Amino acid sequence: MILDGKAPTGKIQDSWDNYRFELKLVNPANKRKFKILVVGTGLAGASAAATLGELGYNVEAFCYQDSPRRAHSIAAQGGINAAKSYPNDGDSIYRLFYDTVKGGDFRAREADVWRLAQVSNNIIDQCVAQGVPFARDYAGYLDNRSFGGAQVSRTFYARGQTGQQLLLGAYSALSRQIKAGTVKMFPRTEMLDLVVVDGEAKGITIRDLKTGEIRVHVGDAVVLASGGYANVFYLSTNAMGCSVTAAWKAHKKGAFFANPCYTQIHPTCIPQAGDYQSKLTLMSESLRNDGRIWVPKKKEDLNKPANQIPEEDRDYYLERKYPSFGNLAPRDIASRAAKEQCDDGRGVGPGGRGVYLDFSTSIKRLGEDKIRERYGNLFEMYERITDENAYKQPMRIYPAPHYSMGGLWVDYNLMSNVPGLFVLGEANFSVHGANRLGASALMQGLADGYFVIPYTIGGYLAKTKPGKVKTDNPECVKSIADVKAEREKLLAINGKRTVTEFIRELGATMWEDVGMARSEKTLTDALKKIPSIREEFWQNVKVPGTGADTNQQLENAGRTADFLEFAELLTRDALHRNESCGGHFRVEHQYPDGEAKRDDENYCYSAAWEFKGVGKEPELHKEPLKFENVHLAVRSYK
Amino acid sequence: MSAHASDGTMNLKLIVWRQKGPNEPGKFETYEARNITPHHSFLEMMDVVNEDLIKEGKEPIVFDHDCREGICGMCSAVVNGVPHGGFKRTTLCQLHMRKFKDGDAIYIEPWRSRAFPIVKDLMVDRGALDKLIQAAGYISAHTGGVPDGNATPIGKRTADYAMDAAECIGCGACVAACPNGAAMLFAGAKISQYAELPQGQVEAPERVAAMINAMAENGFGNCTNHYECQAACPKGIDVKFIARMNREFVKALAQDKVGALAQSGK
Amino acid sequence: MRLFSDSIGRKVVMAITGLLMVLFVIGHLLGNFSIFAHGINAYAEKLHHLPALVWGNRVVMGLAVIVHVILAIQVTMENQAAKPTKYKVERYLKATFAGRTMIWTGLILGAFIVYHLLQFTIRKTPGLVLEQDALNRFDVFTMVVSQFKVGLIALLYVVAMGGLFLHLKHGIQSTFQTLGLSNGVMLPRYGALGKVLSSVFLVGFVAIPVTIFFGILK
Repeated sequence: MILDGKAPTGKIQDSWDNYRFELKLVNPANKRKFKILVVGTGLAGASAAATLGELGYNVEAFCYQDSPRRAHSIAAQGGINAAKSYPNDGDSIYRLFYDTVKGGDFRAREADVWRLAQVSNNIIDQCVAQGVPFARDYAGYLDNRSFGGAQVSRTFYARGQTGQQLLLGAYSALSRQIKAGTVKMFPRTEMLDLVVVDGEAKGITIRDLKTGEIRVHVGDAVVLASGGYANVFYLSTNAMGCSVTAAWKAHKKGAFFANPCYTQIHPTCIPQAGDYQSKLTLMSESLRNDGRIWVPKKKEDLNKPANQIPEEDRDYYLERKYPSFGNLAPRDIASRAAKEQCDDGRGVGPGGRGVYLDFSTSIKRLGEDKIRERYGNLFEMYERITDENAYKQPMRIYPAPHYSMGGLWVDYNLMSNVPGLFVLGEANFSVHGANRLGASALMQGLADGYFVIPYTIGGYLAKTKPGKVKTDNPECVKSIADVKAEREKLLAINGKRTVTEFIRELGATMWEDVGMARSEKTLTDALKKIPSIREEFWQNVKVPGTGADTNQQLENAGRTADFLEFAELLTRDALHRNESCGGHFRVEHQYPDGEAKRDDENYCYSAAWEFKGVGKEPELHKEPLKFENVHLAVRSYK
Repeated sequence: MSAHASDGTMNLKLIVWRQKGPNEPGKFETYEARNITPHHSFLEMMDVVNEDLIKEGKEPIVFDHDCREGICGMCSAVVNGVPHGGFKRTTLCQLHMRKFKDGDAIYIEPWRSRAFPIVKDLMVDRGALDKLIQAAGYISAHTGGVPDGNATPIGKRTADYAMDAAECIGCGACVAACPNGAAMLFAGAKISQYAELPQGQVEAPERVAAMINAMAENGFGNCTNHYECQAACPKGIDVKFIARMNREFVKALAQDKVGALAQSGK
Repeated sequence: MRLFSDSIGRKVVMAITGLLMVLFVIGHLLGNFSIFAHGINAYAEKLHHLPALVWGNRVVMGLAVIVHVILAIQVTMENQAAKPTKYKVERYLKATFAGRTMIWTGLILGAFIVYHLLQFTIRKTPGLVLEQDALNRFDVFTMVVSQFKVGLIALLYVVAMGGLFLHLKHGIQSTFQTLGLSNGVMLPRYGALGKVLSSVFLVGFVAIPVTIFFGILK
């Protein structure tokens, strides 16, 4: 099937304005008759719930954390892009659009990216009005910095905690609506099924993580903003609770999953220290603005303290290979380059899994105080974790899974192929193509929630009747029974291995075979290993306790079970996409200098997969991508 | 014990509060944490203990955690009498075991406060903090229709002050540390952030009045200026924000906004 | 009136009444010093010729004490209810002994004030020597000496002043914080002020019973 993204045609500059005008509106008096279920309260979910509530819809919002303020958007450090062009350095909406399409290695829908660039400016204004304390200059105007792979300064930031501040802004707007009674908040709940009635998404089944109660909530539309799936690699920068579960359950109910192989590996994370490690910590890539990345040229220098390695024996490989971008090369390129150095046996630190990020040149040039002012909190965090003082010796960094560009397929309205199911933020696949630029995730989350879904959801609701489905609907009853049965099955296995052992095993396989560099062989291997891990899981996992109260092991078991199914789809997608693009790197497809080699003739489409059963081959649907404004070209950062 | 010192690993004794549910009686149980390296984070050490418990067929210790990088504010346990263990600007998830020695006995207790009922073991319900924000911890800005971000210049010092206050991660350590179970640091930081920014000044009197009401309604205590909250805060939020809240209260009182608000039924 | 019902309102009232009492204590201490110059009888005589000042002061201080005590008890009981369970390990990073015992030092001081008034103002405690001096003024000095020669009474004063020291060591800086006059820079300075003032009070007030008991002041 050829999918239609419903992107508006015509001049791109007018596309969103015209489309917005043509969208149907819901009468203000009718809005409160519609109930919208919002899953997830990160930037996308919280901003959507708040805005929809404010518009007068009857909203119910769900998150697995104990408070909506804790969603993992909070951990984003660096900043948020907008095409304000305050620094007068040549930026424009068109340039942000252009950079995003190119940065995504030409695998995103142009119209969606344009819209994102266009509303980016509104986001900044909105956040300022909410009291987000963005960095300011001495005259009192908003400060900007350049960020990961951008040649203009368009990134707005709030110290090293931009995601936190933006999320708290959205959370405050959400809290205001909770008080106003338009939004009802359900913390510590996890969505475990999507209820589809007559082909339309009309409810979700959730488990109350405190009491273990499994119940269904019905509504007129479901908005999924449940984040990404980088935890399929187990060790990632995602929070421990981040999972593919909500998206995967929707997928199993018919929603297409698009481009799961597009995963982003972030270059500046603190390397793994041991096997017991539970997660990796990211440090803002803004560090690359003043830090220089290198490894020793000679292998015999690997065990020497970094300071004793003379300048001429250091290989500043990014500066060498990409003279114009140098240490600021895009994330996928910087990550892969680091892996190459380590695979070449020149990695530093435990297990040779690290490269140096050295501030000595900048400290000499700017002074230690200036560096402390810019990155003090990151240096502090680095020292807390590694016990090393990065003012005196270089940091060690290593890439870590960080973000997933792929996600549930959505059209221009952010609606999946299941009518009534909308997907926002990282959970959808829309704007980042095969690679996301730095400071663009926050932008997308808030764009979707504040400025897109409030319009597009009206287009759907205006054509439907409110309250069509009640909780006694057979689909609801069946959904509850299915979810209960799955929990009971997990609890009944009583095997020998813990959930963590399985997710670690899966993660290690995914990282090794489906990580930064993939080949037909490793992918084929993984497709053999994953089902066998899954099989063993369902026979030998040990989940203690019962389902009748708080049971974190049961929660993890459910998430792991879904990852074990999803991992296969990710791998399959990576195997099918016989080209390299952005974060998806197939070693068979590269230029002699190691650059990703796209195959636009055969793969210039989004791959949306339809679920056909566990372990069964999914069906591929293609959405062809047209590039009418930004012309297909080889992405070069030299 | 010295055998461990040679390879740097430790064995520790954990004395942990176990409680099956909100209304169940709880008690301390003792566990062994074996072969812990100095690089384990505190929560990874707990993971090790839990894996052992599961294999022994026992229920693992329930504790809240999520981002494990010190920003989500989910992790919460009192270690040896102090929330997050009492190391400067460190959440429990970022506390590393190099701060402990082989053979140490570590007491692990849940946040204790009337406003935070225990859910299970070390997990508590901090919904009361959300209630404070819902009371008035926001600027009533509608989505859309706001002026350009640069329309109102905000001095760097003002922005920095607001940011200092806004760094709060809402973990509730201040309440847990306070001998009175008060949430003054949490509320004070939010009130100060918005009172400092021009966008938030319009609603400042009503905000301070409503949030103070909400603190009483949600079971928090009063401030007696021990400053234990600041000392335990993993983000080092300054008690100057409590003084600022008090000042805002007195200002609101002078403007008679507080009384008016009380009459209008909040 | 939210001043008497709100959490912070009541603290503001306590801070203001506390501050009034501190001002009174300063005046009291300065007046006390006349004893070392053998001028206390003259000082007392003068005060008694200013009935408006004396009674105005008594009314204001009386009200301040009553309000301060009532609110203190109320607030403390609320605070204990807000923290029903204590930690097994009791460890504080910042909270001081003085801060944590405010209610007890306060109650000691309250009881002391009652005794002190009964003793030297209403003059109904046993063992008082009440006579006129050579200039036909009421002999405050002899009355005071008659009391502080008694070891138990002198000790009681020392203990009470220890209570005052602890109470004000925490209370003075607390006043500025509660009234919102504090910030990051000033708070440590208020803390230092509190320590200095409360130490001065301790030494100044304790000096009288101690010097009399040991016969230094005759």
